[in-house]
Amino acid sequence: MKLVRNLLDSTKGLVEKDGKRNIFFPLWDALNTMAFVPGHTTHGGAHVRDAIDMKRTMVMVIFALIPALLFGAWNAGYQHYEVALGMESTLMDNFLYGMGKLLPLIIVTYAAGLAVEILFSWLRNHPVNEGFLVSGILIPLIMPMDIPLWMVAVSTIFAVLIGKEVFGGTGMNLLNPALTARAFAFFAYPQWISGDKVWVNTIAENGQGVVDGYSGATALGQLATTVGKGMNNPETQSVVNMFAADGQYSIANSFFGFIPGSIGETSALAILLGAAFLIYTGIGSWRIMVSMFLGGLSMGYIFNLFAVNEFMNVDPLHQLLIGGFMFGMVFMATDPVSAAQTNKGKWIYGFLCGFLGIMIRVFNPAYPEGIMLAILFMNVMAPLIDHYVVEGNIKKRLKRANA
Amino acid sequence: MRPNFNGNLFFEMSMTIKIKKGFDIKLVGSALPEVGNTIHAKSYALKPGDFVDVTPKLLLREGAKVKAGEAVFCDKDNPEIKFCSPVSGEIAAVVRGEKRRILEIVILADAEVNYLDFGKLDPKSLSKEDIKSKLLESGAWPLLVERPFGVVANPNKNPKNIFITGISSAPLAANVATQVKGESSNLQAGVDALSKLTEGKVFLSLDADNAAPEELKNLKGVEINYFSGPHPKGNIGVQMHNLAALNKGETAIGLTAEDLAIIGRVFTEGKLDMHRTIALSGAQVSEPKHYKVISGAAIASIIDERVKEGNNRYISGNVLTGTQVKKEGFLGFYSNTVTVILEGDEEEFLGWVLPGFGKFSLSRTFFSWLNPNKKYNLDTNMHGEERAYVVTGQYETVFPFDIFPVQLIKSIMMRDIEKMEQLGIYEVTEEDFALCEVICSSKIPVQKVVREGLNFLRAEVG
Repeated sequence: MKLVRNLLDSTKGLVEKDGKRNIFFPLWDALNTMAFVPGHTTHGGAHVRDAIDMKRTMVMVIFALIPALLFGAWNAGYQHYEVALGMESTLMDNFLYGMGKLLPLIIVTYAAGLAVEILFSWLRNHPVNEGFLVSGILIPLIMPMDIPLWMVAVSTIFAVLIGKEVFGGTGMNLLNPALTARAFAFFAYPQWISGDKVWVNTIAENGQGVVDGYSGATALGQLATTVGKGMNNPETQSVVNMFAADGQYSIANSFFGFIPGSIGETSALAILLGAAFLIYTGIGSWRIMVSMFLGGLSMGYIFNLFAVNEFMNVDPLHQLLIGGFMFGMVFMATDPVSAAQTNKGKWIYGFLCGFLGIMIRVFNPAYPEGIMLAILFMNVMAPLIDHYVVEGNIKKRLKRANA
Repeated sequence: MRPNFNGNLFFEMSMTIKIKKGFDIKLVGSALPEVGNTIHAKSYALKPGDFVDVTPKLLLREGAKVKAGEAVFCDKDNPEIKFCSPVSGEIAAVVRGEKRRILEIVILADAEVNYLDFGKLDPKSLSKEDIKSKLLESGAWPLLVERPFGVVANPNKNPKNIFITGISSAPLAANVATQVKGESSNLQAGVDALSKLTEGKVFLSLDADNAAPEELKNLKGVEINYFSGPHPKGNIGVQMHNLAALNKGETAIGLTAEDLAIIGRVFTEGKLDMHRTIALSGAQVSEPKHYKVISGAAIASIIDERVKEGNNRYISGNVLTGTQVKKEGFLGFYSNTVTVILEGDEEEFLGWVLPGFGKFSLSRTFFSWLNPNKKYNLDTNMHGEERAYVVTGQYETVFPFDIFPVQLIKSIMMRDIEKMEQLGIYEVTEEDFALCEVICSSKIPVQKVVREGLNFLRAEVG
């Protein structure tokens, strides 16, 4: 503790305004306030304050991501060794394999994102905001694990720069930065982020090649192939069988997460653990999570009623457990800056995120990640929703005044 | 809503209003109801800064002799509003700050208070104009706080209603029952006087969760309503919002039960008797209890030997809305509490990731939720730095108004007058946002923003 303090104090002169390396002041300041919650006292206003601050808020989200992160790392190894290559592997082998993929992604994301943040902090003379602490973990969890690192860096820089800083930085952005990064990668490098080759690493190990008949497609990718083939087509039926109780994408496998996908998204269970934590601590909006779940479920049922293909015919609950729905619901749609801000608005916003997410996914199988697009779309719509909610309050007040 | 039999022969309409959104910060050091020896200070002061937006015009110079109730300065823009000495003595100093702004007018007190006599009068037999001029002349008028804006009432306006709060819900604040004990006739005289000032009602709000004092329950000529739930149920703004919300262009007057008694004394005793029963409370007070003291008394004589050693913060008022004062400072005009807590100017290693078993937070991000009834010994640490708004839905949990708090704050920050009005700025003052400020993750100086907004609006639209 003393050592850290001394180290920070001894470097302070270098980074201060007239110091030689003042471009590093935001970095120094960020490290300083991370190491030590400052001894600032209240002046004016309330004399006592709640212990919570932005750092605490953000680190809570990171804690909530840990189950999904750990499971996802294990699953990356499991899909690679045991499912694709048909090899025996231990829990530790699987986990270390996944971490070996995930850590470089996290490091590159943080490096790229924080570089932009720090540059802007220096240019605009404000402290580094904590927002990127969370984005830096979210982005690796929604990227394919073998995507070239420079693409992750470019996507991250784009997201922070265009998605956030041009609007005025953390708190001012219209779009969720992590989803912006993913959307950028999706449209800029489609071959690296869609299809059935990118979600599981199938490179042979110890001479062991991919097992016969293996497909690394995600559940959504499989379902997309059924569209336009007619419901009694034998190929369609084989896909439907994959979703049966003993199939590769069974409801149990989808819930526990033993399926291909981006690292963070596959296990609904791990994600729900995070959700429980976020709701209990009061950091994540239960209104958005619940309403998005209901919105997705409603669209699922509506599709069931009018099903013309097997994608529409998927059990609504099962539909929500595959793809990025759960991850989007708990960690993306709830981003307080880009979501609706009024309580009533959150219900509407969440419901439409779920409703449109399933709709886009099923109606346009070229975009299996309908959830991502739906949330980004609703991010744009959120201020409009809030506007009408607030307008209702204003009208009530005017009516009272004129009564 | 339930009818209450309030001791009269008639059922009067009276309601119990449940405040659901709010929070009681449980702090150590609450004052016992017991009242200690009356405190006699050597010096007292009037502080123009206690009165929002008042530009003082001195009427007496340094060295002048004054009696209690004699005008010391008046409002430059409204010279009939006079600010009078609470004690008799000699004006010892006029303390000025930046740009020669007057900070304090210090009065060295006589051993015995010599009151200016205004004559005992029965307010029932007086006209509206007589009552106004009596209150203005005696210096009791500034106890009437006008809504919107929370300023000293303008005598030329007709308040729609008058609100008296008989609830003190702020942390460690003085106990109303202790304050009004034995004041029945003064309180009634106060009501009789104030009811002449409005064509509307005089509302009195009492605490539904604690036994309301007989002195208040038996008052005649008021509409009594009960409020239950957490702070800020005692705030005039909250009560007004629920009983008769203020619209644009209307004004109302608010005051506390103790201030009502002081107003009553102008008529029953014919003098400005600014004795208050204040709570001396907070973790740094050795034996927190109540004391009788004249408004404006030197803080040093109030705390005397009664506080613990340490790097103390002295607050004239409560921890939510009070003013930081130096040990050499003075009790504020409206203050009924002196709170003493520790300064929290020490940094904390990795404080934002540690479990935080003993930390105070309304969120459940620290392990202190394990112990919900714990009383906290809070210091003045900020626990973080100011950031842009990120978290939403937070203020709404402690803000019992049908108003969107963050949207209102943002409209103030943008100085958008139309939006401020539409979003309900006329119904609030900064004290209503105090809890929002306490729990804000972004550490936004909310009360300051609201005050700036109110002052801006007042200057623009009056």
